[in-house]
Amino acid sequence: MSPFLEPPDASMPAVSRGAAEGKSSPSASEGRSPSTAEIALSTKANTKMHAEKLSAYFGKSQVLKGIALPILEKKVTAIIGPSGCGKSTFIRCLNRMHEVVPNAHVSGEVTLDGLNVYGRDIDPVRLRRRVGMVFQKPNPFPTMSIRDNVLAGLRLNGMRVDDAESRVERALHQVALWDEVKDGLDRAGTSLSGGQQQRLCIARSLAMEPEVILMDEPCSALDPIATARVEELIHELRADYTIVIVTHNMQQAARVANYTAFFYLGEVVEFGKTDAIFTHPTQRRTEDYITGRFG
Amino acid sequence: MERKHTDREYDRELDALREQILLMGAKVEEMVKNALLAFETRNVELARQTIAMDRQIDLLEIDIDEMCIKVLARRQPVASDLRFVMMTFKHVTDLERIGDLGVNMCERVLELGERVVLRDASAAVVRMGSVAQQMLHDALDAFVASDAHKAQEVIRRDQQVDNYYAQLFPELVTSMMQDPNLVSQATKLQSLGKYIERVADHATNLAEMVVYMVKGQDVRHHAAEANREN
Repeated sequence: MSPFLEPPDASMPAVSRGAAEGKSSPSASEGRSPSTAEIALSTKANTKMHAEKLSAYFGKSQVLKGIALPILEKKVTAIIGPSGCGKSTFIRCLNRMHEVVPNAHVSGEVTLDGLNVYGRDIDPVRLRRRVGMVFQKPNPFPTMSIRDNVLAGLRLNGMRVDDAESRVERALHQVALWDEVKDGLDRAGTSLSGGQQQRLCIARSLAMEPEVILMDEPCSALDPIATARVEELIHELRADYTIVIVTHNMQQAARVANYTAFFYLGEVVEFGKTDAIFTHPTQRRTEDYITGRFG
Repeated sequence: MERKHTDREYDRELDALREQILLMGAKVEEMVKNALLAFETRNVELARQTIAMDRQIDLLEIDIDEMCIKVLARRQPVASDLRFVMMTFKHVTDLERIGDLGVNMCERVLELGERVVLRDASAAVVRMGSVAQQMLHDALDAFVASDAHKAQEVIRRDQQVDNYYAQLFPELVTSMMQDPNLVSQATKLQSLGKYIERVADHATNLAEMVVYMVKGQDVRHHAAEANREN
């Protein structure tokens, strides 16, 4: 078993949770953004993950420039920003999906419960069980049934599934899909509507029993009703999971997220409570972006 | 708000809203000014004309409310845009009530007629009215200029009007006790004082919303703390 699945110990590289205090808005030149420490104090939430001096590259092109950002436990954190600002790259760095791209590499640290996920002994596959991901387009495996889609992550990871039926039912209940599909679990996953397929993908992620769920524009291909169902699901899931959602839809960020980070040109311009970001942001660039004044 | 939205139609909608609320503010200010002048000069004709203005204020209230609802529904404004729309939405209510108080003031002027009695108390009402009118003027100026400092000055002056009223009331009571023939006139002056005190309260509300619009900071009900910062 990878030490990554064991409790933190002295042999593992660790970054203190306070390491990035006061650095949550590195580009701040106007009003002051509350620091990580202030936010943590005001919520009493633990920092589940933490990026520190995180830079990401595609070849020589740098897409993230020294990001410092906390991801608070059992909270929803939204990442917003214009196309190309690095928000998808950022979440892909959180579960080491970025390095899967040829020539892509990362510097700096990302911690999960204080452990550096880029540490030498870390198995990225095991990491991704703890930090699951849901993608923009619903991507159920086309040749698999609904049941097999839910179990796909477990089976592909070579895990024994002794309680397959109950796991399937539990995961489908969690995404409020059970009542809609319980009489046709052998149907192809792709036979479902777009919104149902996305919830199936979330169920597939939940079946792995992750602690953190990364969502990369999970509703951009869905109609308003299907979007509302996914958002309702996010509200439910945050009681048990830490969620990071990348979205172009700022109203969605305002609706679902406890915290919002505004990314621009690979940097965090502002990070704070969602209510504050959407009523009185401290940074001019945040204001311009969310009000639609961005040039 | 000098930076333009990418969708310029959105700018036009907010500009139209701004123009309407300024128009309403100007009309309400004119009503208060005329009502006070009608009292000071016992000009019943001016009082009648001023009462007739209230219809325009009421129509503007309906119009601006509808504009706010449309912008909220269509644009889902955030940050400074949201604060501006919410401020406008609340301003409308205060302005409409100030208009109603202008009507009430004029009604008392009509009842008082052209003869001036209780000269000292009348002069006190005029002084009090002058402060309240200036507060309203400055609150609207602060809105136009997005000037939070000026708005906080308005908030501070509300106490001055309250003090005037606190002095006026016992003076009128004493006058009524000394000469029961003055009761009718004195109660009308007392009402005028109360209306002016309410105008100042609404001007304070306007100013508080300007601070919120500019700074994103709610200073209602703890204006004393806000004042201490300056």
